[in-house]
Amino acid sequence: MAKRERALAPPYGGVFVARTTVMDGEDVRRATWRMAHEIIERNPVTADVVLVGLQTGGVWIAERLAQVIGEVTGDDVALGTLDVAFYRDDIGLRPVLPEATTEIPLDLTGRTVVLVDDVLFTGRTIRAALNALADYGRAKSVQLAVMVDRGHRELPIRPDYVGKNLPTRRDEMVDATEAGVVIGDVTAK
Amino acid sequence: MTVGTTTGTSATGTTTGSAGAPSTIAQADQPRAGRHLLSIADLGAEGIDEVMKLTDSFVEVSSRSIPKVPALRGKTVVSLFFEDSTRTRLSFETAARRLSADVMTFSSSSSSLKKGESLRDTVQTIEAMGIDAVVVRHGGSGVPWQVSRWVHGPSVINAGDGWHEHPTQALLDCYTIRQQQRARGIKSVPTLQGLRIAIVGDVRHSRVARSDVIAFAALGAHVTLVAPPTLLPASLVGWPVDVSHDLESVLPKLDVVYLLRLQKERMIEALLPSLREYTATYGLTRQRADLLPEGALIMHPGPVNRGVEIAAEVADLPASVITNQVANGVAVRMAVLYLLLGSGVDLAAA
Repeated sequence: MAKRERALAPPYGGVFVARTTVMDGEDVRRATWRMAHEIIERNPVTADVVLVGLQTGGVWIAERLAQVIGEVTGDDVALGTLDVAFYRDDIGLRPVLPEATTEIPLDLTGRTVVLVDDVLFTGRTIRAALNALADYGRAKSVQLAVMVDRGHRELPIRPDYVGKNLPTRRDEMVDATEAGVVIGDVTAK
Repeated sequence: MTVGTTTGTSATGTTTGSAGAPSTIAQADQPRAGRHLLSIADLGAEGIDEVMKLTDSFVEVSSRSIPKVPALRGKTVVSLFFEDSTRTRLSFETAARRLSADVMTFSSSSSSLKKGESLRDTVQTIEAMGIDAVVVRHGGSGVPWQVSRWVHGPSVINAGDGWHEHPTQALLDCYTIRQQQRARGIKSVPTLQGLRIAIVGDVRHSRVARSDVIAFAALGAHVTLVAPPTLLPASLVGWPVDVSHDLESVLPKLDVVYLLRLQKERMIEALLPSLREYTATYGLTRQRADLLPEGALIMHPGPVNRGVEIAAEVADLPASVITNQVANGVAVRMAVLYLLLGSGVDLAAA
């Protein structure tokens, strides 16, 4: 579930009401498959790649991508998770607590990092993630993979790999899971 | 209890009241229990659990090559210590710096207190400089509470007051026990349910014991106090504890033995015949440590009087987690500072 997004947008912690299914489980599987191949195409030396899933929505996508890349190339791709709570720019403006732990198993210096998230919206989470990554070493390059790009960027951030471009209204909410991608609304509890 | 991401209240110390939405300012005018950490009892089991969970994240931060996050950039924390302290003050200041907060250190010996300035004026002077949190240690019980009545913006954190409480010590003790349980493969232990913990020594003068008893009991542990009658509080009415005067009979049943420092500086009355006699009856000697079951922990809040309440060699046994306690102190205090100043989540039950 788009837990983070729901926590970020008022009414905080509201209830997600699904409206339209835009991708089903099979669509999500194919998009993951395609993105994995695009990552291999752009980074021929996959042993240098580290996939970092953003907690919590990006973690399962990073795991799937690593799995597919492993199957195709035979390389084990390094996998990490990142929680950006302490790097956010809205600390103090709304409740900000970490959702899960950060686990980056190796020094990122000289590696190609692919940040993985479920839904790209304002770009502020990714901005926080870029700052957080810098504390784990100087990566050779950082790329961004997202299942859904829903627009409404507030920062100059652009994804490298996209599952689906999805035009949305600002007040809508997008929920991306393995079972599919759903647009809906958040209502107060 | 309003812990969790559902609350929209901001717990930031908007000291100057210059920024923030109108609703935030209106709320800031209301006194909120969750803004301060004065007693461990304010937290309850749920609040302690919230701190524990957040501490996991800060343990990870502390393990990095750059152990610093920008979470509290622009916030100022003052440590206001009227009593000597090494670990607590350094631990709080390290915690604040690792959160990128600015730190001011106040020490009573080099301040205008020497010129006769009152505590209230000192506190108000510091508040006027625009700060977000005051960490208070004082020999008088209740001083942090009193300071919290005087200030309007900043959060007040009790770093030990007289014989009353030392809440962050209790938090780091709970965290250390849980961490050790996890290291032993006991997964997902959200509480200390069913653990048998003995607190041994000078309970009477110990703020650590008071906070620990509340915290351990809130998390479901069974607490036994072991001390000579003269070193127990005058009344134990309402304490969720058993009392024993025989350490050797208690030791074989324990999961944790928690030794208190014998506070020689507080021994104004003749409460003990001699230190040697205390050690002979209540000290954790090597022979007594061998009575502990496999896997039991030895804890101590420090500073350790080696050879008095604990034998020198016992403090260095693998079962002793005294240095883990100190290491966890920084992460726990980061969690407390972040919850009070950054997270926007009310720490305590209102």
